[in-house]
Amino acid sequence: MHGLRLYFRYAAVSLRSQLQYRASVVMQSLGIFLITGVEMLAIWALFDRFGTVRGWTLPEVALFYGMISVSWSLCDAMARGFDVFGTLIKEGELDRLLLRPRSTVLQLLGHELTIRRIGRFAQGAAVLGYALSSLDIAWSVPKVLLLAASITGAVCTFLGLVVLQATTAFWTTETLEVWNAFTYGGVTMGQYPLPIYRWWFRGLFTYVIPLGCAIYLPGVALLGREDPLGTPVVAQWLAPLAGPAFLVLALAAWRVGVRYYRSTGS
Amino acid sequence: MRGPYLAIVSARFRMLLQYRAAALAGLWTQIFFGFVLIMVYEAFYRSTDRPQPLAFPELASYVWLGQALLATLPWNADPEIRAMVRSGAVSYELCRPVDLYSLWFSRALAWRTAPTLLRSVPMAVFAMALLPWLGLPEWRLAPPAPLAGLCFALALAAAIALSCAISTLVHISLLWTVAGEGIVMLLTAVVSLCSGLLIPLPLFPDAVYAVLRWLPFAGVADLPYRVYIGSVPPDELWLVLARQIAWTIVLVALGRHLIGRGIRRLVVQGG
Repeated sequence: MHGLRLYFRYAAVSLRSQLQYRASVVMQSLGIFLITGVEMLAIWALFDRFGTVRGWTLPEVALFYGMISVSWSLCDAMARGFDVFGTLIKEGELDRLLLRPRSTVLQLLGHELTIRRIGRFAQGAAVLGYALSSLDIAWSVPKVLLLAASITGAVCTFLGLVVLQATTAFWTTETLEVWNAFTYGGVTMGQYPLPIYRWWFRGLFTYVIPLGCAIYLPGVALLGREDPLGTPVVAQWLAPLAGPAFLVLALAAWRVGVRYYRSTGS
Repeated sequence: MRGPYLAIVSARFRMLLQYRAAALAGLWTQIFFGFVLIMVYEAFYRSTDRPQPLAFPELASYVWLGQALLATLPWNADPEIRAMVRSGAVSYELCRPVDLYSLWFSRALAWRTAPTLLRSVPMAVFAMALLPWLGLPEWRLAPPAPLAGLCFALALAAAIALSCAISTLVHISLLWTVAGEGIVMLLTAVVSLCSGLLIPLPLFPDAVYAVLRWLPFAGVADLPYRVYIGSVPPDELWLVLARQIAWTIVLVALGRHLIGRGIRRLVVQGG
C-alpha cells in the first residue's frame, strides 16, 4: 500500500477509536481552547498597558501568535507516537514496529492523530482570523501561498524537534524532557516578533532551530513592513524552506538512531 | 493524633525527592522559559516611558520566583489520586484509620513542596548568582531586603497551605467527575490567569487587578512574590496573611463538607 494511503488508514482508525469517548474529547478540546485562550487575554492586558512592543501592534503580534499556534497544534496532533516513544522503547514495543515492512517514522506518525489538539488549533485560528481582519494586508495569490508555506515550514520544524527528542531516546531510553524547552519555549518565543529578543536568542531560533525563518520572516513579508533586522525581501519569501530542511536533517539523525538501536529485551 | 499525617507527609516527601533527573530537566526548561518571559517583558518595558506598577528589576525577580515556585501552584491534579479514583483504589484510602481530608491534604502538602525544594534552590542560585556573572545583571533575581525576606517566608508558608487547600478541593471534586479532565483544565486556566503565573497581576488593567487581588488565587503567588520584591511593604504583611489564611479556612471547610458528601455517594466500580 502507498505510504500516504496507509497513513490515512492509520489516522482514520485512530480518530474512530478516540471518538468512542466523545464527551471526553469534546471536554478536553474545550479545555485546551480555554487554557490557550487565557494566554491571549494576558497578551491583550500587556498591550492595554504598554501600547506596543517595540513598535509592533497587537494585531501584528496576533498574526505571529496565530501562525505559530496553528503550526504547533498541527504538529502536536501528529506527533503523539514520538511523544510516547520512550515508553515504546522501554517496553520493547519498537521491535514490533521494526518488523513491519514500513518505515518507523510512518508508523509512529500513524500511532495517533490526536483530536483534542483541535482546541489549540481553533484558538490559534481564531487569533489568526482576528489578526487578518484587523490588519490591512494587500492579499494576493503569492501571499496566500506564503502564509501556507510559513505554516508548513513551522510544522516541519516542530516535527523535526519532536523527532530529535525521540532520537535521543535511542541512547538514553527515556525521552528527555530537556527538549521541551525548545518545543514549548519555541511556541512562546514565536508568538512575538524576533527583533524583540537578544541576538544570541535570535540566532538560536534562526540558524539552529529555524522557527524564526518559518514564522517571523514570512510574517514580515505578509505585513509588508520593513524588517528591523534588515533581511532582504527575497530572504523573507524563501525562509520557510528552512523548515523542511531542518526536518530532513532530523530524519537523518533518526536513521542513525534506528541503526544504533538495541532492544531493551524482556 | 498528629503522628500519622506527619508520617504521610514525610514518606511522600522522600518518595518524591527520588525524581532528581526529572527535576533537573524541569529546571532547565523553566530557566529557558524565564529567559523568554523576561525578554518579552523587557521589550514591553522599553516601549513606553510611563511608570509601571512594577519596576523592571522587580518584575524580573517576580518572573524567577514564579518559575522557581511553579510546583507550589495548584494548577494541576495529583495523577496518583486521579488514577486511584478512576481505578477504584480510592476505596483503600477509605479503609485507612485516618481522616481522609487530612490524609489528602498531607499528600498535597508533600506533592507541592518536595519538587519545589529540588527545583527552587538551584534555580535561585542560578538566577541570583550566575545571571550577573553571565553578563545579565538586570535580569537577575534580586536578593530581598532582610525584613522583606522574613515576611516572604511567612507569606510563602501561608501560600503553600492555601495552595494545598485548593488542590485538595480539586481532588475531592474528582469523586464526582471521575475522569475530571474538565475541572482540572478549567483550574489550569483560572489559576494561570489569576495567580500571576501568566503575567504579574499588577500589570492587568487596574479595574481587573482590583478584583483579582481579592480572589484566593492571588494568595498562592502574586501576594507572596510582591512581599518578596517589596511592592507590598512589611507593615502590610498582616493584610496578605489575613487574606491567605481566611481563604484557606474557607476552602478547608468547604473541602471537609464536600468530602463527607462525596464518600456517602461514592460508588466504586469494582470487579
